[in-house]
Amino acid sequence: MNFDFTEEQQLLQDSVGKFLERNYSFETRREIVASRVGYSPLAWEGMASLGLLGVPVPADHGGFGGGGVETMIVMEAMGRHLSVEPYLGTVVMAASCVATVGTQDQRDYLLPLVMDGTMRLACAFGEPGSRYDLAHVETTARQEGGFWIIDGAKSVVMHGAVADLLIVSARTSGATTDREGVSLFFVNPGEDGVNGREYPTYDGMRAAEITFDNVQVSADSLIGVADHGLAVVELTVDRAIAALCAEAVGIMTALNAATLDYLKTRQQFGVPIGRFQSLQHRMVDMLMHTEQARSMALLAAVKVDDPDPAERRRAVSAAKELIGRSGRFVAQQAIQLHGGMGMTDELAVGHYVKRLTAIDTQFGDADWHLDRFATAAATPAEPILAKPRSKWKKI
Amino acid sequence: MDFNYTAEQLAFRDEVRTFVRDHMPHEIARKVIEHKELLKEDWVTWQRILFEKGWVAPHWPVEHGGLGWDAVRRHILEEECAAAGAPRTIAFGLHMVGPVIYTFGSAWQKQHYLPRILSSEDWWCQGYSEPGSGSDLASLKTRAVRDGDHYIVNGQKTWTTLAQHADMIFCLVRTSSEGKKQEGISFLLIDMKSPGVTVRPIITLDGAHEVNEVWFEDVKVPVENLVGEEGRGWTYAKFLLSHERTNIAGVSASKRELAYLKEIAGKEIASGRPLIENPRFRDKVARVEIELMALEITVLRVLAAESAGKAPGPEASILKIKGTEIQQALTELMMEAVGPYALPYLPAQWSNHWLGERVGPDHAGPLASRYFNYRKVTIYGGSNEIQRNIISQAILGL
Repeated sequence: MNFDFTEEQQLLQDSVGKFLERNYSFETRREIVASRVGYSPLAWEGMASLGLLGVPVPADHGGFGGGGVETMIVMEAMGRHLSVEPYLGTVVMAASCVATVGTQDQRDYLLPLVMDGTMRLACAFGEPGSRYDLAHVETTARQEGGFWIIDGAKSVVMHGAVADLLIVSARTSGATTDREGVSLFFVNPGEDGVNGREYPTYDGMRAAEITFDNVQVSADSLIGVADHGLAVVELTVDRAIAALCAEAVGIMTALNAATLDYLKTRQQFGVPIGRFQSLQHRMVDMLMHTEQARSMALLAAVKVDDPDPAERRRAVSAAKELIGRSGRFVAQQAIQLHGGMGMTDELAVGHYVKRLTAIDTQFGDADWHLDRFATAAATPAEPILAKPRSKWKKI
Repeated sequence: MDFNYTAEQLAFRDEVRTFVRDHMPHEIARKVIEHKELLKEDWVTWQRILFEKGWVAPHWPVEHGGLGWDAVRRHILEEECAAAGAPRTIAFGLHMVGPVIYTFGSAWQKQHYLPRILSSEDWWCQGYSEPGSGSDLASLKTRAVRDGDHYIVNGQKTWTTLAQHADMIFCLVRTSSEGKKQEGISFLLIDMKSPGVTVRPIITLDGAHEVNEVWFEDVKVPVENLVGEEGRGWTYAKFLLSHERTNIAGVSASKRELAYLKEIAGKEIASGRPLIENPRFRDKVARVEIELMALEITVLRVLAAESAGKAPGPEASILKIKGTEIQQALTELMMEAVGPYALPYLPAQWSNHWLGERVGPDHAGPLASRYFNYRKVTIYGGSNEIQRNIISQAILGL
């Protein structure tokens, strides 16, 4: 048992921290958010040259060969600097997914393009009726000749409009919420029949509603094994959740630092407001929530690589639940302790708070994960888990 | 970053597990797991078993009879003992006065008291709080006046846990009223059999006799029982508090309590289903379980930092607050779990020797009492509000 970063991990932490320090100030971010594309091609290029876009890519494909801990290191820094780059979708989700279950051809083609920064990807798993249920897939894919024909709609696809390639979950058999019968496809957003509507989200990012109307994709667009894609979706989303937990901890750390600074400098009644015990105890509670959150982000980062999906889910759901609640607490108290200034668009506080709030609603909020955790905790054996895993190993 | 034990640590865990399984008296374990009252000899019996194995004070330095184990080994021992239902080792000697004596005590004190602590020959209690000095401990008034080779002690201590079993008490006493109130305090070791020492029970709201008042009337204490220097007692007291950290969070015991809670909630039937399947109850249990998972990692992070040479510090306050909140939540859920059978108050029935007719399920008995008793944990050892003051000052600099 040890809690130390390896030398390589320390270097990674150092380089991502320094890079964002130099290139991603709050004012720069403001310009990026207001720009036409909503992310920074320049920063993206910089991340590519630092190797950050290859963090989860195996070393034999020229990547860093990192796991949950390396992703945690990067995402915590992204959180501290409120990055709006399409890192989560492209690197943490898509690149990892391709690296894990892609064919040799898919890996050889895509991974270099992701790593050198020329290609961004987005994962389109959610649907207008699915809420957080990943098995709820109404979008269909049917085989016709040598092609797959995709029909349906995907919702709130983060960075969907800037993606050069989409990973889409579609039903190839079974009923809408069956665990079997989900498959994953690459879809080029330029394909005939793909239509999208981009919009801003309240946290400074962009998302899109995307529809698929008789979209024809080639047979080699299938990722993994047809009908057995749900386990891949779940793994990919669990990786995203662990990463979001780290991002949230970065944000909570930044919010605490800003709030503490404010308590020490803002004067009322002739003294810094940090002299008042009710505010001191609130600040202590923010710190404790953050330390508990940090512990859970660590646990999720380590356990997301666990070969046993039940063990992985238990840790990831526990982390998302605790961080959903503690993030909400820290966010609300940060505004409260900043008083009127916390309400302004000018200060960074509100922007941190909005991103932290958004994280709770990505891939299942605290209640949803509490339910997933508690159901598993109350019923020790969940036989459904063993099945996709064994199929998975064969690939 | 690796949360798994090494092969060596796994082997050690198995060794501990086997030892505890083979030596833990079943009767004592049952009392602990089912929250029945422990007698003095229950604690002493288990501590002597650990002592004979050489494991009673793994955190002490080797030269004083400890093992000098690293944090992980200590954690493993604590985990295995707690899981098997071992009583926690009594902190007053092993975790509190012991480290003060081997750090600040005289050669005679080390030679005389340390072996008696290890062998459980002496049972210690703690003389800190007074009727007028709770959170503001440094305002304490119990006086010790030097008279030749002795101090003459007069005053009253209160909330003295298990003083009725104690052979010795370590006391903070006022030896001077000059200067800052912290500077006039000294640390004295007092024999409970000294003439002038009186112990009076305080019955708590759960009906238990756990805490006491201890009165001192012209008690003669030899000067060789002063620890360190006169007037430095406050420094030793603070050292003691930060040293008590290893099991301050009580994570291992809480894990056992959580397992027992689930067991009870699996037996209790609500609307035809086991209570644990009721979403409202199940979610409350799950929330505590998640907090406990987080706290376990937080504790290990603090221990890892300590192993890397970082001095014990104010993070212990975080562990105390979160740990006690979880302990209270668990007692509350256990009481809720048994529904109306939390109501019967039948202490005699809860003893292991009751042969008469029983009321309610056996597990239900002491749960309400335990809930009331555990309100203490956020008050003792520096109330959780005082802990927040410490964090605010020492970590946040407010």
